[in-house]
Amino acid sequence: MIDKTTTISNALNRVHAGHTVMVGGFGGPGTPFTLIEFLHQQGTKNLTLIKNDANEPGMGISKLLEAGQVQTLIASHIGLNPTAVAMMNRRELEVLLYPQGILAEKIRAGGAGLLGFLTDIGVDTILRDSREVIHLDGREAILERALRADVTLIHAAIADRAGNLIFAKSARNFCPLMATAADQVIVEAEMVVETGSLDPDQVHLPGAFVDFILALDELTPDYGILPQHAL
Amino acid sequence: MPYKNKIAARAALEMRSGQVINLGIGIPNLILDYLPTGLEVFVQSENGILGIGPRCAAGSEDRNLIDAGANYVTLNRGASFFDSALSFALIRGGRVDLSFLGTLEVSQNGDLANWIIPGKMAPGIGGGMELAQKAKRVIVTTSHTTRDGGPKILTQCSLPLTARGCVKTIITELAVIDVTPQGLMLREIALESSLDEVQDKTAAPLLFPPGDIPRF
Repeated sequence: MIDKTTTISNALNRVHAGHTVMVGGFGGPGTPFTLIEFLHQQGTKNLTLIKNDANEPGMGISKLLEAGQVQTLIASHIGLNPTAVAMMNRRELEVLLYPQGILAEKIRAGGAGLLGFLTDIGVDTILRDSREVIHLDGREAILERALRADVTLIHAAIADRAGNLIFAKSARNFCPLMATAADQVIVEAEMVVETGSLDPDQVHLPGAFVDFILALDELTPDYGILPQHAL
Repeated sequence: MPYKNKIAARAALEMRSGQVINLGIGIPNLILDYLPTGLEVFVQSENGILGIGPRCAAGSEDRNLIDAGANYVTLNRGASFFDSALSFALIRGGRVDLSFLGTLEVSQNGDLANWIIPGKMAPGIGGGMELAQKAKRVIVTTSHTTRDGGPKILTQCSLPLTARGCVKTIITELAVIDVTPQGLMLREIALESSLDEVQDKTAAPLLFPPGDIPRF
């Protein structure tokens, strides 16, 4: 019987200095706070992180940024994390920012075994100054390269032992895309069930994309309701 | 009514039943509070939701249910969840009928500048560029002037653009202005404002329709 559940140290042994790591989540939902916390404790340095955002100060990947473990952050919008913005402005952190759907598509392309794609998004803006502009059928287009990573870290609501995943509500976001685009994929799951107990029609990501599963014993406060975003 | 709510309330009247709508951060986020009764729209959130409702009441939040501005939200009947790539297929593929966006500057030909002040503010692009460029209709909801009282509606944007010629309508606390091939056409004016005030605070020439200009 395939069983991809493992210990956190066995899973995170795969993350080495200099690695590129994709981290799921859009804001809190989908962010693998527990895996990130262990990566923080492990102290692995010179990382390139790929995440939609930079979480918020003191939370999620911000811990890695604040500890100086990250050289480059590839993201879409880091406005909810003034600490990350300040680090970017002081040039302590290299930040590469993409339109959100273009970032998603670069990851999707990497996961689908493509080298890149063409888009007209931003072709009339200053983005073109830092991009490769090519001509296609008489139109200008930006060449966007695919993104891949050494390791992907994501959060799932339910995993079976074979790695089939179900995400909850808006926690899906970048998680299934990132799971397709890395050499090794580590999932933390709120619930691990026996293989065969999930309805195949309800599976959001097939287990073939998943290498290691960490069953979460508890959800730390980071996973909870953030009062600053509640009414 | 605070000026932001006045803008949101007027903007809500631009929606039509059946439309797929995206609401940007800031004033656009208030629009759902003024949804006309009986109007059925699907509000998209870039993080992968179609069919969000108003913000969630205190105490009943779901930790897995936020909008793209990180607010806890509710769901309407017929809602669905999907991943970020599909979410932007909706946007770039042309399935978003109406996008409400805030702005720093907007020009008389509909150029939008709302994502960067070089050297001062550059938190990222988010979904705004794709929405501005690909939504079927873009409405800017913004205070008529900057915090210092300077104009936001200009002949030409001075800040780097988000998208060129994308804005169709500008809604402020003073006026509703359409971007037309002839220039900026005043469509409505706020009850407490005047033609002189609107033109005075707009750094681009305004065209006036014949007859009385409706008030809001």
